[in-house]
Amino acid sequence: MANKLFDKILIANRGEIACRVIKTCRKLGIKTVAVYSDADDGALHMRMADEAVHIGPAPAAESYLVIEKIVDACRKTGAQAVHPGYGFLSENRKFAAALKEAGITFIGPNPEAIYAMGDKIESKKLAQKAGVSTVPGYLGAIASTEEAVKIATEIGFPVMIKASAGGGGKGMRIAYSKEEVAQGFSSATNEAKNSFGDDRVFIEKYIEQPRHIEIQVLGDKLGNVIYLGERECSIQRRHQKVIEEAPSPFLDEKTRKAMGEQAVALAKAVNYDSAGTVEFIVGGKDRKFYFLEMNTRLQVEHPVTELITGIDLVEQMIRVAAGETLSIRQEDVKLNGWAIEARIYAEDPLRGFLPSTGRLARWRTAPESDVIRNDTGVVEGSEISMFYDPMISKLCSYGKDRDEAVSTLSAALDETWIAGIGHNVNFLSAVLDHPRFRSGDISTNFIAEEWPNGFGGTVLPEERQNAMLAVAALLHIRNEFRARHLGGKLGLPEWQPGADWVAFLNKAEYKLRVTNAEGGIDVKVGKGKLLKVRSDWKPGEPFFRGSVNGQSVVARVAPRPDGVRVVHGGAELDIAVRTPRAAELARLMPEKLPPDMSKFLLCPMPGLVVSINVSEGEPVKAGQALAVVEAMKMENVLRAERDGTVKKINAKKGDSLAVDQVILEFA
Amino acid sequence: MQDIIRQLEEKRAQARQGGGAKRVEAQHAKGKLTARERLELLLDPGSFEEWDMFVEHDCTDFGMAEQKTPGDGVVTGYGTINGRPVFVFSQDFTVFGGSLSAAHAGKICKIMDTAMKVGAPVIGLNDSGGARIQEGVDSLAGYAEVFQRNVLASGVVPQISVIMGPCAGGAVYSPAMTDFIFMVKDSSYMFVTGPDVVKTVTQEVVTQEQLGGAITHTTKSSVADNAFENDVEALAQTRRLFDFLPLSNREKPPVRETWDPITRQEASLDTLVPPNPNKPYDMKELIEKVVDEGDFFEIQPNYAKNIIIGLARIGGQTVGIVANQPMVLAGCLDIDSSRKGARFVRFCDCYDIPIVTFVDVPGFLPGTAQEYGGIIKHGAKLLFAYAEATTPKVTVITRKAYGGAYDVMASKHLRGDLNYAWPTAEIAVMGPKGAVEIIFRSEIGDAEKIAARTEEYRQKFANPFVAGHRGFIDDVIMPHNTRFRIARSLAMLRDKKLENPWKKHDNIPL
Repeated sequence: MANKLFDKILIANRGEIACRVIKTCRKLGIKTVAVYSDADDGALHMRMADEAVHIGPAPAAESYLVIEKIVDACRKTGAQAVHPGYGFLSENRKFAAALKEAGITFIGPNPEAIYAMGDKIESKKLAQKAGVSTVPGYLGAIASTEEAVKIATEIGFPVMIKASAGGGGKGMRIAYSKEEVAQGFSSATNEAKNSFGDDRVFIEKYIEQPRHIEIQVLGDKLGNVIYLGERECSIQRRHQKVIEEAPSPFLDEKTRKAMGEQAVALAKAVNYDSAGTVEFIVGGKDRKFYFLEMNTRLQVEHPVTELITGIDLVEQMIRVAAGETLSIRQEDVKLNGWAIEARIYAEDPLRGFLPSTGRLARWRTAPESDVIRNDTGVVEGSEISMFYDPMISKLCSYGKDRDEAVSTLSAALDETWIAGIGHNVNFLSAVLDHPRFRSGDISTNFIAEEWPNGFGGTVLPEERQNAMLAVAALLHIRNEFRARHLGGKLGLPEWQPGADWVAFLNKAEYKLRVTNAEGGIDVKVGKGKLLKVRSDWKPGEPFFRGSVNGQSVVARVAPRPDGVRVVHGGAELDIAVRTPRAAELARLMPEKLPPDMSKFLLCPMPGLVVSINVSEGEPVKAGQALAVVEAMKMENVLRAERDGTVKKINAKKGDSLAVDQVILEFA
Repeated sequence: MQDIIRQLEEKRAQARQGGGAKRVEAQHAKGKLTARERLELLLDPGSFEEWDMFVEHDCTDFGMAEQKTPGDGVVTGYGTINGRPVFVFSQDFTVFGGSLSAAHAGKICKIMDTAMKVGAPVIGLNDSGGARIQEGVDSLAGYAEVFQRNVLASGVVPQISVIMGPCAGGAVYSPAMTDFIFMVKDSSYMFVTGPDVVKTVTQEVVTQEQLGGAITHTTKSSVADNAFENDVEALAQTRRLFDFLPLSNREKPPVRETWDPITRQEASLDTLVPPNPNKPYDMKELIEKVVDEGDFFEIQPNYAKNIIIGLARIGGQTVGIVANQPMVLAGCLDIDSSRKGARFVRFCDCYDIPIVTFVDVPGFLPGTAQEYGGIIKHGAKLLFAYAEATTPKVTVITRKAYGGAYDVMASKHLRGDLNYAWPTAEIAVMGPKGAVEIIFRSEIGDAEKIAARTEEYRQKFANPFVAGHRGFIDDVIMPHNTRFRIARSLAMLRDKKLENPWKKHDNIPL
């Protein structure tokens, strides 16, 4: 390297992004400083950095969001520049200004650009001026509920209510009627105030069947701006991205170029001089695209762009921040192959994706390689704290085309083992294996449309399920073999497994015909085709790694009281493999129904009661709000599933509740 | 001769029918398997040899002379579980409601006597309406014969009872004296007197399930060691338990082949103990990460959860695990947990199963309920059990080891063979706050001074060094290396010889 960029950089962030920035700094020979709150004492990012500075208590508002503490930490350690990551202070122009004043370089765009793009209303006006197409809507701040209803009616339903200062879906509501506007306006305002300290919201037309496609831009201080292709982030739930990919399976070269050029035009209009993202909403049918917002920071999902362009965005941010001229020209940017990212969250898809916190008792996944990238900020034994984003990892794959990338990521998820807290790994697998996802026919409503009642687990296609039954047979027979080799034997003939077995799964039975083979067994499930299961799996190993008919298969396996659990392709299969006689006897066992909890409203996640909206003896209608519970700064409205009468209320405002704690009982 | 063979076949066929198709159907309708079906699942297929199939009762009163079924309501004999011998009896509810006659009891006694002679465990599958009332005192005598054998066999061969139907009145005392009792949810119950008598005597209205069902006995009374969903699961789990146990006190527990290396490190254990000493953590995570394959057979998982007991293997070798559970009542010792732990420690010692103890105990639970309940004597049971045990004892203090409870939990002073401490261990008479409030009673009004004193006490005692200095702990080990250090210790202790002074028997505070 000709001239040194910086000697030391402070990363004003935590978790995976702090770790990710540190990696690039190491590559560039730059020393790093981490900051950490009480809750992050001992966290991975703190241990990876060359130095670490404690910046206060766990709540972000008293640590990671306090500008003076970050500036002090820079002074104390002699850091010459700060990388803000995403979230926290990354798009705070006061922070950028404070650093400037202290003579510290902010690794991000100039404060004016942050300011111009930071306000959704202002940015839209600017975009319009720069010739970028925008969504119809009302750009002014809205003062009252009545005004909100009036504006919404003028634009036409459905409309979207969004926090002006927001991002990441916080303080965002969609309304299909006047009533919903009224309700959404007040809750969006509240949430905006709690999350961003700014209660302004705006309203715009809600585009149906929309796709979320964004353009990565990169600028320098000399006015050069390029675009690095797009990312499609249509797979979202509660307006938060879950799976992102680059390129988009939807864009043609013409649209890509048009979007890229508009993004560059907008960036140039604000003298953009760092990495940034221009988000568009694209109509699913007409490929018309509208400007959504510009994020003046490194985006969470930036790795997919890095994987297909070969460009290290953090490195580029550091270089341009140091005043270097962009060394990449637009014509140098080539999109090679396909990359997909799955965000592994500590949350419970079976409970409407509510956050789950606690100790990560197990956390393992596929090893990093040319085709797997794992951006994580936690290790096995880390704590997923209630104070921050509950993301565990961004697991990315690379392939020569989309199919290959998806398959690689799907296999990596099969190799993922998380325990101690709820997680969405099975859900991510289910999305990746979904035929509609595979076909590329997706929209931001994909999850809501395909799992309208929430994710209740997934069912494997017959062929894959049969493969798992065959795997279970191998596990069972190997377990039995070992068990029969304990000492103290009576000297009876050696046990030989029979050929006929019956597998029990979800009340259904499957006849298995098993023959021994070199390195495994051959299994026929019912009248299905012969499955050749091969593996060197040994009893007690937590993963089955092997092949079925030559195709490699990984499944997590665990013993159960009467069988084995096999986790594969997002499905958790509890399989019992029995001899035909044992099967005959097992069939006689009564089916036991789980206790009926429908008469109780249970707290779906650990959280704080914000309000109880009903009283004892009150009749309620299906869909009526019963209580509001706050967790992770999100207000969750708990609604009645059916008509009924409230019999007893067990919680009150301000109570801190555990999962499944009874909030109220119905008559 | 042909005639005899024909008769034999007839008698066998009749015996196998049990109480007849109708009663078998009724048994199935209750979700229960028959006595023979249960043995098919408990034992290796084809391994069962039935004895005394032709035994019948001799009762002639109340028309019993006309009612005879070969086998007389219990199926007995021996077979194998994964190739290892076991003696079994399985009561047949379809024959006289499984009621116990003198002949029925005689069959049970016969297999128990043989089990004692050859040194093999006994498993009883209980499903009996109680005493054969028509026989009167003969039936009672039968029970007592079984009881006597239960007692003599105790500590010689392992005895396991699986309650798979009713078990009432005097019948409960045979299982009560065996090493482990399992129950089947919704279809088994145990009580000394049933709901009808209870109502007459005490006016209490209670269902069979509430009075003596599987949930009652696994959560409230601690009579049963675990409960399972149905017969199939209960029998599968009984096989699993059996694989941990030695056949008798004359031999070592079996060693199971494992591919889980004893050198396996678990980095995540280094963060198991939270920085805040008042924050709980799940001791089960430690157990599961230390033992082979995470395979832990927990005993009494739903009773006195402040202590965890169960069987596991390390390096293939069976070990008994005893651990305080900080998640429940801060892991303190109280009446229930002391009794639970004490009986298990004594079981392990009977069969020379090494005991691995994980300690995080803030002390004994205070309060009138505990004192009036006799915590002194109950706590003494655990102390006594650890102190008399001569089996290898390896102890790891993970965090708190306070006061008398420290002494109790397999401390060095109670002949602990290897006593390790994690760096987070605090071995002291009590927590810093309590200690300071006693030592510096006069300064209690001055919050600042007390805080300083507390910090001083913490500095001095909230670490493993004071105890280490005196040799009360043998080494401070890193949490991630716990499995390896325990495995090494157990290997070193494999041929440990230690004998208590001769005595007729001790006098544990019962």
